[in-house]
Amino acid sequence: MCADYNPLELLVCIGSRIIEDNSTVFVGTGVPMAATMLAQKSHCPNVIAIFEAGAVAPQMPGMPISVGDSRTSYKALIASSMNDVMEACQRGMVDYTFLGGAQIDMYGNLNSTMLGGEYQEPKVRLPGSGGANDLASLCWKTNVITPMDKRRFVEKVDFITTPGYLNGKGAREAAGLPPGTGPYKVITNLCILGYDDETCRMRVESLHPGVTFEQVQENCGFELLKADNLEITPPPTGEELRILREEVDPEGYIIGR
Amino acid sequence: MYDDLIGLDAGTEELFTDPDPDKAREFFHHKNRGLVNKVTTIEQAVSVHIKDGDYIAVGGFGHVRIPTALLYEIVRQKKRNLGMAGHTSIYDSDLLATAGCIDRCDISYVIGYEIRGLSASARRAFQSKEIRKTDWSNGALAWRFAAAAAGLSFVPSRHMLGTDTFKRSAAKTVTCPFTGKKFAALPALYPDVAIIHVHNADTFGNCQITEGILVSDAYLARAGKKVIVSCERLVPHEEIRANPQATTIPYWCVDAVVEVPYGSHPGNMPGEYWFDEDYFKMYLDAVKTEEGAQKVFNDYIYNVKGFGEYLEKIGGVKKMRDLRAIEKLIYMNKC
Repeated sequence: MCADYNPLELLVCIGSRIIEDNSTVFVGTGVPMAATMLAQKSHCPNVIAIFEAGAVAPQMPGMPISVGDSRTSYKALIASSMNDVMEACQRGMVDYTFLGGAQIDMYGNLNSTMLGGEYQEPKVRLPGSGGANDLASLCWKTNVITPMDKRRFVEKVDFITTPGYLNGKGAREAAGLPPGTGPYKVITNLCILGYDDETCRMRVESLHPGVTFEQVQENCGFELLKADNLEITPPPTGEELRILREEVDPEGYIIGR
Repeated sequence: MYDDLIGLDAGTEELFTDPDPDKAREFFHHKNRGLVNKVTTIEQAVSVHIKDGDYIAVGGFGHVRIPTALLYEIVRQKKRNLGMAGHTSIYDSDLLATAGCIDRCDISYVIGYEIRGLSASARRAFQSKEIRKTDWSNGALAWRFAAAAAGLSFVPSRHMLGTDTFKRSAAKTVTCPFTGKKFAALPALYPDVAIIHVHNADTFGNCQITEGILVSDAYLARAGKKVIVSCERLVPHEEIRANPQATTIPYWCVDAVVEVPYGSHPGNMPGEYWFDEDYFKMYLDAVKTEEGAQKVFNDYIYNVKGFGEYLEKIGGVKKMRDLRAIEKLIYMNKC
């Protein structure tokens, strides 16, 4: 892989590209904040970023540390409540969300609650859902941005914190989740994945420069499908990297860690 | 795989609070409606209104507009066996869990510090079965407060279904009587005490949150049987009357008012001061070991006389002036 950018810079740049102008995007903490801000400063000046603590469409003066801090409501259209923005999701007003997680399976189910052990006494307790379950249940399209390795991409997650396609086609609707919602893309440091329409299983759609399908499969704990027209992801451009480093995250909160 | 989750009609974990709206009405029936002076001290607010075993909920967003001074006082007074809504919680639940104040928690977000990583001390506390846990999502707890604020026993919603988050909750499912659709049913959450930090309050407890996000605080203040408010500044009653649309929390919800300038430090107070990243780094490094956690709690909570002395210790006026400059975009650095 080209060494002019680090894996996190790659994740942020690729993540930002799937955001469309004039769409509503519910933004989770970390990499998604940087990706949204990069999109806003490049190809999506009118993207409507929504944050779970209640801010809508800010013109962020710098990288937020929190999805609830004052930068998320700087020159926003409204500084509202969590109830209000979650209800907007439930009403069908939110197009995309971007999430992360400690584990993900082939149906896009995410775990950010616990690893191993019993529920009341887990080996490792993680933060929990936060807003992730709400967003993946209620937004139209759920994107995940995460580094790819066998520890994260697992056959079965220890705990479904946040619903993907559960166990296949129709399962979300059977459980009672709103129809027409679900996982859309997974952006990793190696490739972009989507989902097969019939099986709802994860499939590789675009390989990042210099990465092979075999390499992706080696870093994944379950069998991946391959899109018929496998593409090569264009690498981050100089302009994307400049905006990211100079304007989005000059303090290196996300890309420098 | 996962079939058991898809058809589940009730969560398996404990419901820590009573959702009965008539019991809540009975409580609110006797709540004081008088426009009376509720201004008190941090020590009195906590000692009079919070008792061991109470279920508490904290306003703000974990490290944004949090009532730090009240939280420190709860720790200092060694309150025990508290229940807690771990709703968008960060420094707040970390403090109370690490200090051994809570024995049960409705969790939607704990342990994490967003992009700063995790608190080792909160992780130790929440991994232990000493704290009984029931999981939810942030939206679920926000709507549970809203159901209580509306005087109801539950609210239907369309998330959590099909997941372990639902299984490890105390939610149920319900069929809509109009459409026949399946929804989650979230039990109303009436906390014994809500503690909330705001920008402005008058002596009666009318509150304005003048900048930044509201999270669920308008609902939380109405859901709480008792409410303790800390404010950056007391304002004359006439300022409330002059702009009634700006009243986020009306006085009749509120039992005690405490004026605490910089009362959300090390959190961000929108429009007032930015996060104290130096403090968070020091704290998160210190609590990696139990000894370190004990020392930082001794140094900044147990062995300081009050919030004033704490503010001197973290850098006093100069520090708060720097944090204000970052917040106001006068100059920016990592601080």
